[in-house]
Amino acid sequence: MSRLEELFRDRSKKALLMPYITGGYPDLHDCRHVLEAFIAGGADMIELGVPFSDPLADGPTVQASAQQALDAGVTPDDVLALAGEFSGRLPVVLLVYYNNAFSYGSEPGPEQFVAAAAAAGVAGLIVPDLPVDEASEFVDICRGRGTDAILLAAPTSTKERLRLIAGAASGFIYCVSVTGVTGARTALSGQLPEFLDRVRAATDKPLAVGFGVSTPEQAAEVAQLADGVIIGSRLIKMVGDAGDIDVACRAVTKFLQEVNEVLA
Amino acid sequence: MTIPVRFGPYGGRYVPETVIPALDELAAAYERLRDDTDFKAELASLLKDFVGRPTPLYRAGRLSEKLGGTTIYLKREDLAHTGAHKINNTVGQLMLAAKMGKARIIAETGAGQHGVATATAAALFGIPCAIYMGEKDIVRQELNVVRMKLLGAEVIPVSSGSRTLKDAMNEAIRDWVTNVENTYYVIGSVAGPAPYPAIVRDLQSVIGREARRQILEAEGRLPTELIACVGGGSNAMGLFAAFLDDGVRMTGVEAAGEGLDTGRHGASIERGERGVLHGSLSYVLQDAYGQILEAHSISAGLDYPGVGPEHSFLHDEGRVRYDSVTDAEALAAFTMLSQTEGIIPALESSHAIAYMVKHSDRFTADDLVIINLSGRGDKDVHQAARALGIMS
Ligand SMILES: Cc1ncc(COP(=O)(O)O)c(C=O)c1O
Repeated sequence: MSRLEELFRDRSKKALLMPYITGGYPDLHDCRHVLEAFIAGGADMIELGVPFSDPLADGPTVQASAQQALDAGVTPDDVLALAGEFSGRLPVVLLVYYNNAFSYGSEPGPEQFVAAAAAAGVAGLIVPDLPVDEASEFVDICRGRGTDAILLAAPTSTKERLRLIAGAASGFIYCVSVTGVTGARTALSGQLPEFLDRVRAATDKPLAVGFGVSTPEQAAEVAQLADGVIIGSRLIKMVGDAGDIDVACRAVTKFLQEVNEVLA
Repeated sequence: MTIPVRFGPYGGRYVPETVIPALDELAAAYERLRDDTDFKAELASLLKDFVGRPTPLYRAGRLSEKLGGTTIYLKREDLAHTGAHKINNTVGQLMLAAKMGKARIIAETGAGQHGVATATAAALFGIPCAIYMGEKDIVRQELNVVRMKLLGAEVIPVSSGSRTLKDAMNEAIRDWVTNVENTYYVIGSVAGPAPYPAIVRDLQSVIGREARRQILEAEGRLPTELIACVGGGSNAMGLFAAFLDDGVRMTGVEAAGEGLDTGRHGASIERGERGVLHGSLSYVLQDAYGQILEAHSISAGLDYPGVGPEHSFLHDEGRVRYDSVTDAEALAAFTMLSQTEGIIPALESSHAIAYMVKHSDRFTADDLVIINLSGRGDKDVHQAARALGIMS
């Protein structure tokens, strides 16, 4: 059983809290403060994004955060280093688009990126544009390095595909709450319970729900159905809107504490 | 035969899980329909009476003479309805969309030719349609923006990234991920996730099938060389596909923009690396970390940092040669063809002409060349006039 799977198994709360931030947002220095705010707010693990030039699974909020980080010169190496700084304190998972993983290092292919992530103590990798059919090499490499390959399941996934995803994924299964891209939403999809039932029927692995979760009320709903809650766009917006990093971090911590209460 | 997912190592389906079932559905529908007698008959009839096919294979006598006597034929895709080869693909894909019962059409466009062709086919089938177009392209291809709107399409400006074709395609994919249950995504080149590269190649291969028959009729022999410009690569694949098993030399011409060494170009095969963009593994312009670079070309249709996966395969196999010409060379060819043959070519197609002009001394009088004239230049006249100093 992997480190992440144990964390889910041994949890004392209904669902684990996984806040997301784009690595190097709002800049490399202040991103550390945001991560500290995540920890102060009660994060059980951290999801850190490698900013990519063409993030086609992301809505405007995450896109803009990635662009800001890239404009400031943030590289995958910077994000790996950041992950390394925090991975001793709590599990860090990286969200990386496949081309950043594929192009990393001297040879094409994901081997060197996975090795670097494992060396940085990264507990798992999420690749939003690597569906299970394309993932077998990647999954094998992750297994060899002791890092989880966290695959995504979508409401459109068929029973057959959910079975494949469950067979290949480790750590947890990232359940995309909506048919769509990332971004804060006012309400959860009415189809979420039915979707999660279908995923449960395919696997015993933990399920975490992301894409659109943006309030404590929504987190509470998710906690009834799943084992983990991922919150991203809402937090990025809080950081961006605050203007001042200290104000932003206080708001983030307070918000996550509120979420944590409903997850208890 | 099943529809290929890969061409050698290239291709694949590197897109979010959300749309994979839709790609499966599309592949299954296409596999079922492509050999269906009624489907084939309906497509043939639309290509004939709506698109105006076959397009002529025209012997460009004055150009041949001017370039040293090599016999040069132009495959006149500029004479297809809407003025470019793009319509061959969109009519076929709209037929698929209609048969699959899709209620909404989306597409990306660079030069606007694919957008116009999609809007046209959507109007023909009575299905609402939205076209994503980069803000930079909206300015330089204004005529096509007006055409799309007249055809009833919604044109959605894209302001992210380089504000060109690449970003329009990102945005179209995001729309598709969001609305996949009722929306059909019409990809405009032999790019994107499988099965699109194969579907678009098949639908465009009518160009090469006609050209092959026409050249045999006119000259009694196969051509010695085929030349086509390569953006995503659909007009080139369309011409090449019918000749791949013959000994015919083939050249794909990419955009060298301001020069390959300036970094401002669109030569993905000549100067790119293997990478994943828009759902397929292919040659891509990118930095050492895999961040996609902005392409540059005077022609919006070649202003793209990627290329269809089958071209990457044909390049590695050595079956097709890839070369490039600059903005300035393309512009000179644009003028030359206009004044030598009375044909104003698209700036994209001008790259193919320019290759012939540039290398005419490599050809002999025995050579027989077909250049794909992928589109007409009406959309480009303002931009060309400014670049040539005819208009301020
Ligand atoms: C006239 C014309 N030729 C060529 C292209 C390039 O596309 P492809 O390489 O797919 O043929 C375009 C694209 O907009 C075009 O409009």
